[in-house]
Amino acid sequence: MFRRFFYTIKQAFLQVFRNRAMSVASIFAITAMLLILGLFFVIVININTAATMIRQDYDSIEVFLLDTTPKEQADTMITSLKGEAGVEDVTYRTKEEAMTELKTRWGDSGYLLDSLASNPLPNSIVIKINSLEAADDIAAKAAALDGIEDVKYYKETVDKLMSATRFVQLAAIVIMIFLIIVSVVVVSNTIKLTVFNRAREISIMKYVGATNWFIRGPFLAEGIIIGLFSAGISVGISAFVYEKVVDLIGKDVFAVLSTPMVPVDFLTYNLVWIFAALGVSIGACGSIISMRKFLDA
Amino acid sequence: MIVFENVTKHYKSNIGLDDVSVRINKGEFVFLVGPSGAGKSTFVKLILKEIDANKGKIKVRGEDVTKFSNRQIPKLRRNVGIVFQDFRLLPKKTVYENVAFAMEIIHQSPRTIKRQVPQVLSLVGVGTKAQKYPNELSAGEQQRVAIARAIVNNPKILIADEPTGNLDPETAWEIMQLLELINMRGTTILMVTHAKDIVDRMNKRVIAIEKGRIVRDDIGTYGFEEALAKMEVTMDTLQHRRQFNEKLKKGDL
Repeated sequence: MFRRFFYTIKQAFLQVFRNRAMSVASIFAITAMLLILGLFFVIVININTAATMIRQDYDSIEVFLLDTTPKEQADTMITSLKGEAGVEDVTYRTKEEAMTELKTRWGDSGYLLDSLASNPLPNSIVIKINSLEAADDIAAKAAALDGIEDVKYYKETVDKLMSATRFVQLAAIVIMIFLIIVSVVVVSNTIKLTVFNRAREISIMKYVGATNWFIRGPFLAEGIIIGLFSAGISVGISAFVYEKVVDLIGKDVFAVLSTPMVPVDFLTYNLVWIFAALGVSIGACGSIISMRKFLDA
Repeated sequence: MIVFENVTKHYKSNIGLDDVSVRINKGEFVFLVGPSGAGKSTFVKLILKEIDANKGKIKVRGEDVTKFSNRQIPKLRRNVGIVFQDFRLLPKKTVYENVAFAMEIIHQSPRTIKRQVPQVLSLVGVGTKAQKYPNELSAGEQQRVAIARAIVNNPKILIADEPTGNLDPETAWEIMQLLELINMRGTTILMVTHAKDIVDRMNKRVIAIEKGRIVRDDIGTYGFEEALAKMEVTMDTLQHRRQFNEKLKKGDL
Protein backbone atom coordinates (compact mmCIF):
# COMPACT_ATOMS: atom_id res chain seq x y z
CA MET A 1 0.00 0.00 0.00
CA PHE A 2 2.71 2.45 1.05
CA ARG A 3 4.99 1.16 -1.66
CA ARG A 4 2.30 1.85 -4.18
CA PHE A 5 1.68 5.33 -2.77
CA PHE A 6 5.35 6.25 -2.93
CA TYR A 7 5.63 4.77 -6.41
CA THR A 8 2.77 6.99 -7.52
CA ILE A 9 4.19 10.14 -5.96
CA LYS A 10 7.67 9.43 -7.28
CA GLN A 11 6.39 8.77 -10.77
CA ALA A 12 4.28 11.91 -10.67
CA PHE A 13 7.25 14.10 -9.76
CA LEU A 14 9.36 12.40 -12.43
CA GLN A 15 6.61 13.03 -14.97
CA VAL A 16 6.26 16.67 -13.97
CA PHE A 17 10.00 17.07 -14.30
CA ARG A 18 10.45 15.09 -17.50
CA ASN A 19 7.62 16.99 -19.15
CA ARG A 20 8.79 20.36 -17.92
CA ALA A 21 7.38 22.37 -20.82
CA MET A 22 3.91 20.88 -20.47
CA SER A 23 3.95 21.18 -16.70
CA VAL A 24 4.91 24.83 -16.90
CA ALA A 25 2.19 25.45 -19.48
CA SER A 26 -0.39 23.80 -17.22
CA ILE A 27 0.82 25.73 -14.21
CA PHE A 28 0.53 28.99 -16.14
CA ALA A 29 -2.97 28.13 -17.27
CA ILE A 30 -4.21 27.22 -13.79
CA THR A 31 -2.41 30.16 -12.18
CA ALA A 32 -4.05 32.56 -14.60
CA MET A 33 -7.47 31.10 -13.82
CA LEU A 34 -6.86 31.15 -10.10
CA LEU A 35 -5.73 34.77 -10.23
CA ILE A 36 -8.90 35.80 -12.02
CA LEU A 37 -10.92 33.78 -9.53
CA GLY A 38 -8.92 35.38 -6.73
CA LEU A 39 -9.73 38.83 -8.07
CA PHE A 40 -13.43 38.06 -7.92
CA PHE A 41 -13.04 36.51 -4.52
CA VAL A 42 -11.33 39.64 -3.22
CA ILE A 43 -14.03 41.86 -4.65
CA VAL A 44 -16.84 39.73 -3.27
CA ILE A 45 -15.35 39.36 0.17
CA ASN A 46 -14.76 43.11 0.41
CA ILE A 47 -18.26 43.89 -0.72
CA ASN A 48 -19.56 41.39 1.83
CA THR A 49 -17.72 42.98 4.73
CA ALA A 50 -18.69 46.45 3.57
CA ALA A 51 -22.30 45.33 3.36
CA THR A 52 -22.25 43.81 6.83
CA MET A 53 -20.64 46.90 8.29
CA ILE A 54 -23.10 49.20 6.57
CA ARG A 55 -26.02 47.07 7.68
CA GLN A 56 -24.77 47.24 11.25
CA ASP A 57 -24.48 50.99 10.94
CA TYR A 58 -27.94 51.43 9.55
CA ASP A 59 -30.09 48.90 11.29
CA SER A 60 -31.09 51.61 13.67
CA ILE A 61 -33.55 54.46 13.67
CA GLU A 62 -32.28 57.81 14.79
CA VAL A 63 -34.75 60.16 16.39
CA PHE A 64 -33.36 63.69 16.42
CA LEU A 65 -34.70 65.80 19.28
CA LEU A 66 -35.40 69.52 19.27
CA ASP A 67 -32.80 71.41 21.26
CA THR A 68 -35.72 72.58 23.45
CA THR A 69 -36.73 69.07 24.48
CA PRO A 70 -35.53 68.39 28.03
CA LYS A 71 -33.71 65.18 29.04
CA GLU A 72 -36.65 64.05 31.22
CA GLN A 73 -39.02 64.08 28.26
CA ALA A 74 -36.46 62.11 26.27
CA ASP A 75 -36.28 59.50 29.04
CA THR A 76 -40.06 59.02 28.92
CA MET A 77 -39.83 58.54 25.19
CA ILE A 78 -37.11 55.96 25.65
CA THR A 79 -39.17 54.00 28.16
CA SER A 80 -42.18 53.93 25.88
CA LEU A 81 -40.13 53.02 22.81
CA LYS A 82 -38.44 50.15 24.67
CA GLY A 83 -41.87 48.51 25.01
CA GLU A 84 -42.35 48.27 21.26
CA ALA A 85 -42.02 44.98 19.41
CA GLY A 86 -38.86 44.59 17.35
CA VAL A 87 -36.89 47.04 19.46
CA GLU A 88 -33.64 45.69 20.76
CA ASP A 89 -32.29 48.66 22.59
CA VAL A 90 -32.89 52.37 22.92
CA THR A 91 -30.15 54.77 23.94
CA TYR A 92 -29.84 58.46 24.45
CA ARG A 93 -27.05 60.22 22.59
CA THR A 94 -25.99 63.73 23.49
CA LYS A 95 -24.87 66.15 20.82
CA GLU A 96 -21.30 65.89 22.18
CA GLU A 97 -21.30 62.10 21.76
CA ALA A 98 -22.64 62.51 18.25
CA MET A 99 -19.79 64.89 17.46
CA THR A 100 -17.12 62.50 18.77
CA GLU A 101 -18.62 59.66 16.70
CA LEU A 102 -18.63 61.78 13.60
CA LYS A 103 -15.00 62.74 14.19
CA THR A 104 -13.98 59.11 14.49
CA ARG A 105 -15.83 58.25 11.34
CA TRP A 106 -14.14 61.03 9.42
CA GLY A 107 -10.81 59.83 10.71
CA ASP A 108 -7.91 61.90 9.42
CA SER A 109 -10.27 64.52 8.10
CA GLY A 110 -11.82 64.93 11.56
CA TYR A 111 -9.90 68.11 12.28
CA LEU A 112 -12.22 69.92 9.86
CA LEU A 113 -14.99 69.63 12.44
CA ASP A 114 -12.90 71.47 15.00
CA SER A 115 -13.37 74.70 13.10
CA LEU A 116 -17.11 74.74 13.81
CA ALA A 117 -18.08 77.49 16.23
CA SER A 118 -20.87 75.59 17.91
CA ASN A 119 -21.99 71.96 17.72
CA PRO A 120 -24.77 71.82 15.12
CA LEU A 121 -25.68 68.23 15.90
CA PRO A 122 -28.86 67.60 17.84
CA ASN A 123 -29.36 65.34 20.84
CA SER A 124 -30.88 62.10 19.65
CA ILE A 125 -32.44 58.81 20.62
CA VAL A 126 -30.97 55.77 18.85
CA ILE A 127 -33.32 52.84 18.46
CA LYS A 128 -31.59 49.54 17.67
CA ILE A 129 -34.00 47.26 15.90
CA ASN A 130 -33.69 43.53 15.63
CA SER A 131 -35.98 42.92 12.70
CA LEU A 132 -36.20 45.04 9.61
CA GLU A 133 -39.88 44.12 9.21
CA ALA A 134 -40.83 46.01 12.36
CA ALA A 135 -38.80 49.05 11.35
CA ASP A 136 -41.64 50.84 9.51
CA ASP A 137 -44.00 50.66 12.50
CA ILE A 138 -41.40 51.81 14.97
CA ALA A 139 -40.34 54.69 12.75
CA ALA A 140 -43.99 55.81 12.41
CA LYS A 141 -44.53 55.64 16.18
CA ALA A 142 -41.36 57.60 16.84
CA ALA A 143 -42.38 60.23 14.31
CA ALA A 144 -45.68 60.77 16.18
CA LEU A 145 -43.91 61.71 19.42
CA ASP A 146 -43.73 65.29 20.67
CA GLY A 147 -40.53 67.30 20.85
CA ILE A 148 -38.73 65.70 17.98
CA GLU A 149 -37.16 67.36 15.00
CA ASP A 150 -36.82 64.48 12.60
CA VAL A 151 -36.73 60.70 12.31
CA LYS A 152 -33.85 59.35 10.29
CA TYR A 153 -34.30 55.86 9.10
CA TYR A 154 -32.26 54.28 6.31
CA LYS A 155 -34.42 51.32 5.36
CA GLU A 156 -34.58 52.22 1.70
CA THR A 157 -30.87 52.88 1.48
CA VAL A 158 -30.12 49.61 3.25
CA ASP A 159 -32.56 47.74 1.02
CA LYS A 160 -31.05 49.18 -2.12
CA LEU A 161 -27.56 48.45 -0.91
CA MET A 162 -28.45 44.89 -0.01
CA SER A 163 -30.06 44.13 -3.33
CA ALA A 164 -27.07 45.65 -5.11
CA THR A 165 -24.75 43.49 -3.02
CA ARG A 166 -26.79 40.39 -3.73
CA PHE A 167 -26.64 41.11 -7.42
CA VAL A 168 -22.88 41.56 -7.36
CA GLN A 169 -22.47 38.36 -5.33
CA LEU A 170 -24.64 36.38 -7.69
CA ALA A 171 -22.83 37.75 -10.73
CA ALA A 172 -19.49 36.93 -9.14
CA ILE A 173 -20.58 33.36 -8.34
CA VAL A 174 -21.82 32.81 -11.90
CA ILE A 175 -18.57 34.18 -13.32
CA MET A 176 -16.52 32.05 -10.91
CA ILE A 177 -18.36 28.86 -11.85
CA PHE A 178 -17.88 29.71 -15.49
CA LEU A 179 -14.17 30.32 -14.91
CA ILE A 180 -13.78 27.03 -13.04
CA ILE A 181 -15.37 25.14 -15.93
CA VAL A 182 -13.14 26.96 -18.39
CA SER A 183 -10.03 26.20 -16.35
CA VAL A 184 -10.92 22.50 -16.05
CA VAL A 185 -11.28 22.38 -19.82
CA VAL A 186 -8.01 24.24 -20.37
CA VAL A 187 -6.15 22.05 -17.91
CA SER A 188 -7.64 18.82 -19.21
CA ASN A 189 -6.50 19.82 -22.67
CA THR A 190 -3.02 20.63 -21.48
CA ILE A 191 -2.78 17.36 -19.58
CA LYS A 192 -4.29 15.57 -22.55
CA LEU A 193 -1.21 16.67 -24.47
CA THR A 194 1.04 15.10 -21.87
CA VAL A 195 -1.13 11.99 -21.81
CA PHE A 196 -1.07 11.91 -25.58
CA ASN A 197 2.71 12.12 -25.48
CA ARG A 198 2.57 9.04 -23.35
CA ALA A 199 -0.23 7.16 -25.09
CA ARG A 200 2.37 4.61 -26.07
CA GLU A 201 3.59 4.31 -22.51
CA ILE A 202 0.03 3.79 -21.33
CA SER A 203 -0.61 1.09 -23.91
CA ILE A 204 2.59 -0.67 -22.88
CA MET A 205 1.58 -0.45 -19.25
CA LYS A 206 -1.74 -2.04 -20.13
CA TYR A 207 0.00 -4.86 -22.00
CA VAL A 208 2.24 -5.57 -19.06
CA GLY A 209 -0.86 -5.89 -16.90
CA ALA A 210 -1.17 -2.57 -15.10
CA THR A 211 -4.60 -1.79 -13.67
CA ASN A 212 -6.34 1.38 -14.74
CA TRP A 213 -5.85 2.94 -11.34
CA PHE A 214 -2.17 2.09 -11.40
CA ILE A 215 -1.86 3.97 -14.68
CA ARG A 216 -4.14 6.78 -13.61
CA GLY A 217 -2.43 7.28 -10.23
CA PRO A 218 0.73 9.07 -11.36
CA PHE A 219 -1.21 11.24 -13.83
CA LEU A 220 -3.69 12.14 -11.14
CA ALA A 221 -0.89 12.95 -8.72
CA GLU A 222 0.74 14.94 -11.52
CA GLY A 223 -2.43 16.99 -11.96
CA ILE A 224 -2.62 17.54 -8.22
CA ILE A 225 1.03 18.58 -8.01
CA ILE A 226 0.55 21.01 -10.88
CA GLY A 227 -2.59 22.32 -9.17
CA LEU A 228 -0.76 22.82 -5.88
CA PHE A 229 2.12 24.60 -7.57
CA SER A 230 -0.31 26.92 -9.30
CA ALA A 231 -2.16 27.51 -6.04
CA GLY A 232 1.09 28.45 -4.31
CA ILE A 233 2.08 30.87 -7.04
CA SER A 234 -1.40 32.38 -7.16
CA VAL A 235 -1.56 32.88 -3.39
CA GLY A 236 1.83 34.58 -3.49
CA ILE A 237 0.89 36.90 -6.33
CA SER A 238 -2.56 37.76 -4.98
CA ALA A 239 -1.29 38.41 -1.45
CA PHE A 240 1.47 40.64 -2.79
CA VAL A 241 -0.80 42.58 -5.13
CA TYR A 242 -3.58 42.88 -2.56
CA GLU A 243 -1.16 44.22 0.01
CA LYS A 244 -0.05 46.87 -2.46
CA VAL A 245 -3.66 47.72 -3.27
CA VAL A 246 -4.57 48.06 0.40
CA ASP A 247 -1.53 50.27 0.92
CA LEU A 248 -2.48 52.43 -2.03
CA ILE A 249 -6.23 52.87 -1.80
CA GLY A 250 -7.19 51.29 1.51
CA LYS A 251 -7.49 54.69 3.21
CA ASP A 252 -9.48 56.18 0.36
CA VAL A 253 -11.87 53.25 0.41
CA PHE A 254 -12.27 53.79 4.14
CA ALA A 255 -12.97 57.48 3.64
CA VAL A 256 -15.57 56.88 0.94
CA LEU A 257 -17.34 53.82 2.28
CA SER A 258 -16.37 54.31 5.92
CA THR A 259 -15.57 50.57 6.10
CA PRO A 260 -12.06 49.13 6.17
CA MET A 261 -10.82 46.72 3.50
CA VAL A 262 -10.43 43.09 4.50
CA PRO A 263 -6.99 42.68 6.13
CA VAL A 264 -4.26 41.03 4.05
CA ASP A 265 -3.58 38.26 6.59
CA PHE A 266 -7.18 37.17 6.75
CA LEU A 267 -7.50 37.17 2.98
CA THR A 268 -4.25 35.29 2.43
CA TYR A 269 -5.20 32.64 4.99
CA ASN A 270 -8.48 32.05 3.21
CA LEU A 271 -6.97 32.18 -0.24
CA VAL A 272 -4.43 29.48 0.66
CA TRP A 273 -7.21 26.99 1.36
CA ILE A 274 -9.46 28.08 -1.46
CA PHE A 275 -6.69 28.09 -4.06
CA ALA A 276 -5.26 24.81 -2.83
CA ALA A 277 -8.68 23.16 -3.00
CA LEU A 278 -9.44 24.64 -6.41
CA GLY A 279 -5.98 23.92 -7.79
CA VAL A 280 -6.12 20.31 -6.63
CA SER A 281 -9.61 19.71 -7.96
CA ILE A 282 -8.93 21.44 -11.26
CA GLY A 283 -5.73 19.42 -11.69
CA ALA A 284 -7.37 16.15 -10.67
CA CYS A 285 -10.50 16.66 -12.78
CA GLY A 286 -8.34 17.75 -15.68
CA SER A 287 -6.22 14.63 -15.61
CA ILE A 288 -9.12 12.22 -15.09
CA ILE A 289 -11.04 13.77 -17.98
CA SER A 290 -8.02 13.75 -20.23
CA MET A 291 -7.20 10.11 -19.50
CA ARG A 292 -10.66 8.69 -19.98
CA LYS A 293 -10.26 8.07 -23.67
CA PHE A 294 -6.89 6.39 -23.29
CA LEU A 295 -7.98 4.00 -20.60
CA ASP A 296 -11.14 2.89 -22.34
CA ALA A 297 -9.25 1.28 -25.18
CA MET B 1 -2.50 -23.62 -21.76
CA ILE B 2 -4.46 -21.91 -24.52
CA VAL B 3 -7.65 -23.49 -25.81
CA PHE B 4 -9.95 -22.05 -28.48
CA GLU B 5 -13.34 -23.76 -28.79
CA ASN B 6 -15.35 -22.83 -31.87
CA VAL B 7 -14.26 -19.23 -31.63
CA THR B 8 -15.75 -16.78 -34.10
CA LYS B 9 -14.93 -13.10 -34.28
CA HIS B 10 -16.57 -10.91 -36.90
CA TYR B 11 -15.60 -7.34 -37.54
CA LYS B 12 -17.99 -4.89 -39.15
CA SER B 13 -16.94 -5.60 -42.71
CA ASN B 14 -14.81 -8.74 -42.57
CA ILE B 15 -14.16 -11.93 -40.69
CA GLY B 16 -11.46 -12.10 -38.05
CA LEU B 17 -11.75 -15.73 -37.03
CA ASP B 18 -14.32 -18.22 -38.21
CA ASP B 19 -15.17 -21.16 -35.96
CA VAL B 20 -11.62 -21.81 -34.85
CA SER B 21 -10.80 -24.63 -32.44
CA VAL B 22 -7.25 -25.26 -31.36
CA ARG B 23 -5.33 -26.33 -28.30
CA ILE B 24 -1.84 -25.22 -27.37
CA ASN B 25 -0.32 -27.36 -24.64
CA LYS B 26 1.95 -26.48 -21.80
CA GLY B 27 5.58 -26.10 -22.82
CA GLU B 28 4.89 -26.02 -26.54
CA PHE B 29 6.59 -23.71 -29.02
CA VAL B 30 4.04 -22.81 -31.67
CA PHE B 31 4.30 -20.69 -34.79
CA LEU B 32 1.21 -18.87 -36.00
CA VAL B 33 1.59 -18.12 -39.69
CA GLY B 34 -0.55 -16.81 -42.49
CA PRO B 35 -0.94 -13.90 -44.89
CA SER B 36 -1.76 -10.40 -43.67
CA GLY B 37 -5.36 -10.06 -42.58
CA ALA B 38 -5.75 -13.82 -42.14
CA GLY B 39 -6.66 -13.51 -38.47
CA LYS B 40 -3.33 -13.85 -36.68
CA SER B 41 -3.70 -10.56 -34.84
CA THR B 42 -7.29 -11.37 -33.98
CA PHE B 43 -6.06 -14.64 -32.48
CA VAL B 44 -3.52 -12.84 -30.28
CA LYS B 45 -5.90 -10.03 -29.32
CA LEU B 46 -8.49 -12.57 -28.23
CA ILE B 47 -5.99 -14.29 -25.93
CA LEU B 48 -5.14 -10.94 -24.32
CA LYS B 49 -8.82 -9.99 -24.27
CA GLU B 50 -8.08 -6.83 -26.17
CA ILE B 51 -11.19 -7.70 -28.14
CA ASP B 52 -14.11 -10.00 -27.36
CA ALA B 53 -15.18 -13.02 -29.38
CA ASN B 54 -18.66 -13.16 -30.86
CA LYS B 55 -18.93 -16.87 -30.21
CA GLY B 56 -17.01 -19.66 -28.57
CA LYS B 57 -14.82 -20.21 -25.55
CA ILE B 58 -11.22 -19.11 -25.04
CA LYS B 59 -9.41 -20.69 -22.14
CA VAL B 60 -6.07 -19.39 -20.94
CA ARG B 61 -4.48 -21.49 -18.19
CA GLY B 62 -7.81 -23.18 -17.63
CA GLU B 63 -9.81 -20.01 -17.18
CA ASP B 64 -12.43 -18.87 -19.65
CA VAL B 65 -11.30 -15.36 -20.55
CA THR B 66 -14.48 -14.62 -22.48
CA LYS B 67 -16.18 -14.47 -19.09
CA PHE B 68 -13.57 -12.14 -17.57
CA SER B 69 -14.69 -8.69 -16.52
CA ASN B 70 -12.63 -5.66 -17.49
CA ARG B 71 -11.16 -5.59 -14.02
CA GLN B 72 -9.74 -9.09 -14.45
CA ILE B 73 -7.87 -8.19 -17.62
CA PRO B 74 -4.72 -6.88 -15.87
CA LYS B 75 -4.48 -10.17 -13.98
CA LEU B 76 -4.75 -12.14 -17.21
CA ARG B 77 -2.03 -10.07 -18.88
CA ARG B 78 0.38 -10.55 -16.00
CA ASN B 79 0.32 -14.26 -16.77
CA VAL B 80 0.93 -13.71 -20.46
CA GLY B 81 4.16 -12.01 -21.48
CA ILE B 82 4.15 -10.22 -24.81
CA VAL B 83 6.86 -9.12 -27.23
CA PHE B 84 6.21 -6.92 -30.25
CA GLN B 85 7.85 -6.33 -33.59
CA ASP B 86 8.60 -2.71 -32.65
CA PHE B 87 9.90 -3.61 -29.14
CA ARG B 88 7.71 -0.97 -27.44
CA LEU B 89 10.26 0.07 -24.86
CA LEU B 90 9.78 3.30 -22.94
CA PRO B 91 12.32 5.68 -24.49
CA LYS B 92 12.69 7.84 -21.39
CA LYS B 93 13.50 4.93 -19.12
CA THR B 94 16.77 3.05 -18.95
CA VAL B 95 17.00 -0.62 -19.83
CA TYR B 96 16.92 -1.44 -16.13
CA GLU B 97 13.89 0.78 -15.52
CA ASN B 98 12.05 -0.65 -18.51
CA VAL B 99 12.26 -4.11 -17.00
CA ALA B 100 11.82 -3.01 -13.38
CA PHE B 101 8.66 -1.21 -14.39
CA ALA B 102 6.95 -4.50 -15.27
CA MET B 103 7.68 -5.66 -11.71
CA GLU B 104 6.60 -2.39 -10.11
CA ILE B 105 3.23 -2.83 -11.75
CA ILE B 106 2.61 -5.99 -9.78
CA HIS B 107 3.94 -4.34 -6.62
CA GLN B 108 7.08 -6.40 -6.17
CA SER B 109 9.32 -5.22 -3.36
CA PRO B 110 12.33 -3.08 -4.31
CA ARG B 111 14.58 -5.84 -3.02
CA THR B 112 13.07 -8.46 -5.32
CA ILE B 113 13.27 -6.03 -8.22
CA LYS B 114 16.92 -5.27 -7.54
CA ARG B 115 17.73 -8.96 -7.42
CA GLN B 116 15.68 -10.16 -10.35
CA VAL B 117 16.16 -7.48 -13.01
CA PRO B 118 19.94 -7.98 -13.43
CA GLN B 119 19.39 -11.76 -13.53
CA VAL B 120 16.87 -11.51 -16.34
CA LEU B 121 18.98 -8.96 -18.22
CA SER B 122 21.98 -11.26 -18.20
CA LEU B 123 19.78 -14.24 -19.13
CA VAL B 124 18.73 -12.45 -22.32
CA GLY B 125 22.28 -11.25 -22.90
CA VAL B 126 22.14 -7.52 -22.20
CA GLY B 127 23.46 -7.65 -18.64
CA THR B 128 26.02 -4.94 -19.30
CA LYS B 129 23.56 -2.48 -20.83
CA ALA B 130 21.35 -1.92 -17.77
CA GLN B 131 22.02 1.81 -17.49
CA LYS B 132 21.69 2.55 -21.22
CA TYR B 133 18.61 4.07 -22.82
CA PRO B 134 16.79 2.09 -25.55
CA ASN B 135 17.95 4.39 -28.35
CA GLU B 136 21.55 3.64 -27.45
CA LEU B 137 21.04 -0.06 -28.21
CA SER B 138 20.96 -2.03 -31.46
CA ALA B 139 17.63 -3.39 -32.65
CA GLY B 140 18.56 -6.89 -31.51
CA GLU B 141 19.51 -5.65 -28.07
CA GLN B 142 16.27 -3.69 -27.80
CA GLN B 143 14.32 -6.83 -28.60
CA ARG B 144 16.27 -8.68 -25.92
CA VAL B 145 15.27 -6.01 -23.40
CA ALA B 146 11.66 -6.33 -24.52
CA ILE B 147 11.88 -10.09 -23.99
CA ALA B 148 13.41 -9.52 -20.56
CA ARG B 149 10.47 -7.30 -19.69
CA ALA B 150 8.03 -9.90 -20.94
CA ILE B 151 9.49 -12.75 -18.90
CA VAL B 152 10.61 -10.95 -15.73
CA ASN B 153 7.38 -11.79 -13.94
CA ASN B 154 7.69 -15.45 -14.96
CA PRO B 155 4.61 -15.69 -17.13
CA LYS B 156 3.59 -19.20 -18.14
CA ILE B 157 2.86 -18.03 -21.67
CA LEU B 158 4.92 -15.77 -23.91
CA ILE B 159 3.34 -14.32 -27.03
CA ALA B 160 5.79 -12.97 -29.58
CA ASP B 161 4.15 -10.89 -32.30
CA GLU B 162 6.59 -10.87 -35.23
CA PRO B 163 9.54 -10.44 -32.88
CA THR B 164 12.07 -10.73 -35.70
CA GLY B 165 10.26 -8.49 -38.18
CA ASN B 166 12.62 -5.55 -37.67
CA LEU B 167 15.83 -7.55 -37.43
CA ASP B 168 18.43 -8.74 -39.89
CA PRO B 169 18.54 -12.54 -40.40
CA GLU B 170 21.51 -13.10 -38.14
CA THR B 171 20.09 -11.09 -35.23
CA ALA B 172 16.71 -12.69 -35.85
CA TRP B 173 18.25 -16.08 -35.46
CA GLU B 174 19.89 -15.04 -32.19
CA ILE B 175 16.51 -13.90 -30.90
CA MET B 176 15.04 -17.27 -31.93
CA GLN B 177 17.71 -19.05 -29.94
CA LEU B 178 16.84 -16.89 -26.96
CA LEU B 179 13.16 -17.72 -27.35
CA GLU B 180 14.00 -21.41 -27.59
CA LEU B 181 16.01 -21.10 -24.40
CA ILE B 182 13.03 -19.50 -22.67
CA ASN B 183 10.82 -22.26 -24.04
CA MET B 184 13.16 -24.88 -22.64
CA ARG B 185 12.83 -23.26 -19.22
CA GLY B 186 9.14 -24.19 -19.36
CA THR B 187 7.40 -21.17 -20.89
CA THR B 188 4.81 -21.89 -23.55
CA ILE B 189 5.57 -19.75 -26.58
CA LEU B 190 3.22 -18.62 -29.32
CA MET B 191 5.03 -16.75 -32.05
CA VAL B 192 3.29 -14.91 -34.87
CA THR B 193 5.57 -14.59 -37.87
CA HIS B 194 6.04 -14.16 -41.59
CA ALA B 195 9.62 -15.38 -41.52
CA LYS B 196 9.62 -18.57 -43.58
CA ASP B 197 13.29 -19.36 -43.08
CA ILE B 198 13.00 -19.14 -39.32
CA VAL B 199 9.94 -21.39 -39.16
CA ASP B 200 11.61 -23.91 -41.43
CA ARG B 201 14.79 -23.89 -39.46
CA MET B 202 13.14 -24.24 -36.05
CA ASN B 203 11.06 -27.28 -37.01
CA LYS B 204 8.28 -26.64 -34.45
CA ARG B 205 4.52 -26.89 -34.55
CA VAL B 206 3.03 -24.54 -37.14
CA ILE B 207 -0.57 -23.31 -37.15
CA ALA B 208 -1.44 -21.67 -40.47
CA ILE B 209 -4.45 -19.36 -40.65
CA GLU B 210 -6.09 -18.16 -43.80
CA LYS B 211 -9.28 -16.12 -44.07
CA GLY B 212 -10.04 -16.71 -40.43
CA ARG B 213 -9.71 -20.48 -40.55
CA ILE B 214 -6.96 -22.83 -39.54
CA VAL B 215 -5.77 -24.41 -42.77
CA ARG B 216 -2.91 -26.44 -41.40
CA ASP B 217 -1.65 -27.51 -38.00
CA ASP B 218 1.39 -29.77 -37.91
CA ILE B 219 5.04 -29.89 -37.08
CA GLY B 220 7.48 -28.69 -39.67
CA THR B 221 7.75 -25.97 -42.21
CA TYR B 222 6.06 -22.71 -43.09
CA GLY B 223 4.02 -23.65 -46.14
CA PHE B 224 2.90 -26.54 -48.30
CA GLU B 225 5.27 -25.93 -51.21
CA GLU B 226 8.10 -25.70 -48.79
CA ALA B 227 7.03 -28.95 -47.26
CA LEU B 228 7.03 -30.57 -50.68
CA ALA B 229 10.39 -29.05 -51.43
CA LYS B 230 11.71 -30.42 -48.24
CA MET B 231 10.33 -33.86 -49.06
CA GLU B 232 12.21 -33.80 -52.40
CA VAL B 233 15.35 -32.99 -50.53
CA THR B 234 14.65 -35.86 -48.22
CA MET B 235 13.99 -38.21 -51.14
CA ASP B 236 17.21 -37.06 -52.74
CA THR B 237 19.01 -37.80 -49.56
CA LEU B 238 17.39 -41.20 -49.36
CA GLN B 239 18.36 -41.94 -52.92
CA HIS B 240 21.90 -40.89 -52.21
CA ARG B 241 21.98 -43.07 -49.16
CA ARG B 242 20.63 -46.01 -51.12
CA GLN B 243 23.29 -45.50 -53.78
CA PHE B 244 25.86 -45.13 -51.05
CA ASN B 245 24.74 -48.35 -49.40
CA GLU B 246 24.77 -50.21 -52.70
CA LYS B 247 28.24 -48.92 -53.40
CA LEU B 248 29.29 -49.97 -49.95
CA LYS B 249 27.92 -53.48 -50.55
CA LYS B 250 29.68 -53.72 -53.84
CA GLY B 251 32.84 -52.69 -52.16
CA ASP B 252 33.36 -49.70 -54.47
CA LEU B 253 34.40 -47.48 -51.64
